[in-house]
Amino acid sequence: MTRAALPNARAEAPPRSWWRANQQRLTPWLFLAPGLFMFGLYVIWPIADSFWLSFFDWDGLGEKRWIGWGNYQELRTDPAFYTSLKNNVIWLALYLLAVPAGLMIAIFLNQTVFGIRLYKSLFFFPFVISQVVVGLMFSWFYAPNFGLFYQLIEWITGRGVAVLADPDLVTYGIIAAGLWPQIAYVMILYLTGLNNVSPDQVEAARLDGARGWRMLWYVILPQLRPATFIAVVVTVIGALRSFDLVSIMTDGGPFGSSRVLSFYMFEQALSEYGFRMGYGAAIAVVLFLIMMVFISGFIWKMVRDEREGY
Amino acid sequence: MFPRPVQQRGPGAVATYQVLLPIALVLWLLPLLGVALTSVRPASDLASGNYFGWPSAFAIENYAAVFQNSPIGRYMLNSLIVTVPTVLGAVALSCLTGFALGVYRFRSNLLIFFMFVAGNFVPFQILMVPVRDMSVQLGLYNSYQGLILFHIAFQTGFCTLFMRNFIRALPRELIEAARVEGVAEWRIFWFIVLPLMRPAIAALSVLIFTFIWNDYFWATVLTTSAATQTVTAGLYSLNGQWIAQWHLVSAGSILAALPPVIMFFAMQKHFIAGLTLGAVK
Repeated sequence: MTRAALPNARAEAPPRSWWRANQQRLTPWLFLAPGLFMFGLYVIWPIADSFWLSFFDWDGLGEKRWIGWGNYQELRTDPAFYTSLKNNVIWLALYLLAVPAGLMIAIFLNQTVFGIRLYKSLFFFPFVISQVVVGLMFSWFYAPNFGLFYQLIEWITGRGVAVLADPDLVTYGIIAAGLWPQIAYVMILYLTGLNNVSPDQVEAARLDGARGWRMLWYVILPQLRPATFIAVVVTVIGALRSFDLVSIMTDGGPFGSSRVLSFYMFEQALSEYGFRMGYGAAIAVVLFLIMMVFISGFIWKMVRDEREGY
Repeated sequence: MFPRPVQQRGPGAVATYQVLLPIALVLWLLPLLGVALTSVRPASDLASGNYFGWPSAFAIENYAAVFQNSPIGRYMLNSLIVTVPTVLGAVALSCLTGFALGVYRFRSNLLIFFMFVAGNFVPFQILMVPVRDMSVQLGLYNSYQGLILFHIAFQTGFCTLFMRNFIRALPRELIEAARVEGVAEWRIFWFIVLPLMRPAIAALSVLIFTFIWNDYFWATVLTTSAATQTVTAGLYSLNGQWIAQWHLVSAGSILAALPPVIMFFAMQKHFIAGLTLGAVK
């Protein structure tokens, strides 16, 4: 700011001094240009384009045919769409269990004994692994007849359950697989948060007789608020984005009962039964609008924090 | 410290805690341990019903078989070819955008920043049809470049969030002082800010490496053949071929998981620092 106001001591060639006078104003745009271009091309414009495409009947190759709200009208009576929507709601509700579960594991691990660092890393392990591999691991875990989970249930109830082949259970089975890495993620957020909890406040509260749940609720959790916010954000986004596990573990089956919107969209747009790009785009728009409700909320809070902070 | 340290509860508590830790860990990692054991189990064990016991022999040949009978080596190489340029590109772009948004005050600063943040949260499916179509039009469909360009662009959102917040936390006096000295803006970036960003660059690199290596959705959407497919998409097709040959599926899974795991353990501090940025104020 001060730079531009300084008198120019040496007389220089006009272009150079013009640059000098404006460099503060122009530099950020030059730095932003490549990033904005790429982001605009591959993220912002495609969002608008998807909205546009959702009004067409299009197989991805031939002529696009304008059908107005046709795709959306079809969605309204499509039972597979409702199954996917219902599963998304189940995903969202159950996925949020990762937040308290991660907090519990973090509290369990927040000690200083020999080797604890290694334990923390190993507990975090599932998050590092690809969801595809997690999906295969749980498929093995649930496998009929010899899967560990199958055998466990057989041992307890006398009858094994093939989770991934049961339309009523399959979504829950996949969500359990998704929770595994998600809990690990939340755990690491809370471990960092706990590390930064003010020891003075904890000691003071302890002297006042606070302990256990009351201590957690009134003293610790308020200080963990930033960690909780991020944990909720990544969990909600993760739940609505779920695709990999469904694709790997069941391919939407049995009988389409484990589909979620993201998977159903993919299936419609790129399935072997023919490409329905317009219909797929319409499903994506619905998913996008659902997510925008949450994203707007998150952004609104972040903007507020930002305004307070500076 | 919360909870109260076990040491304060007496030696009994410490001993109990140290017994509980490994038990909890084994239960937590049960699916992983199961698959790791299966990957070194000879096929004969599976045939004779030895699914959980100790493997009768240490069958490293499963891994050899996976390499010989499937293109998994090719898949892993493809993953590497896609991942490394993406890391470089996304980190480079976000150093620039992070600097612009973290240092300069101009009217649309916050708007652009939150556009990057919001874009980073959108569902992939809203981008899928146009991005695929664009890649086809540009002749980048089913090529490394198509996948790399998309990943760089998309990851720039998250990386910008990260870099901008990191630069915001740097002491402003450094930059102000340089300006008073008459240092050009690009030199401030190159000689003052960039060297201070090293920890952020390291943290982001490990994170993006893991994210891109583990990406499955875009690999299935933008590539189709074994020549370009990454290991996650490859594993999906191999899983279809190897029905019920769990010793092979397991070995393939372990192989696919290995690079990010090595990365994580080698760069643990940076990894956690990157992931938990913003978890504390």
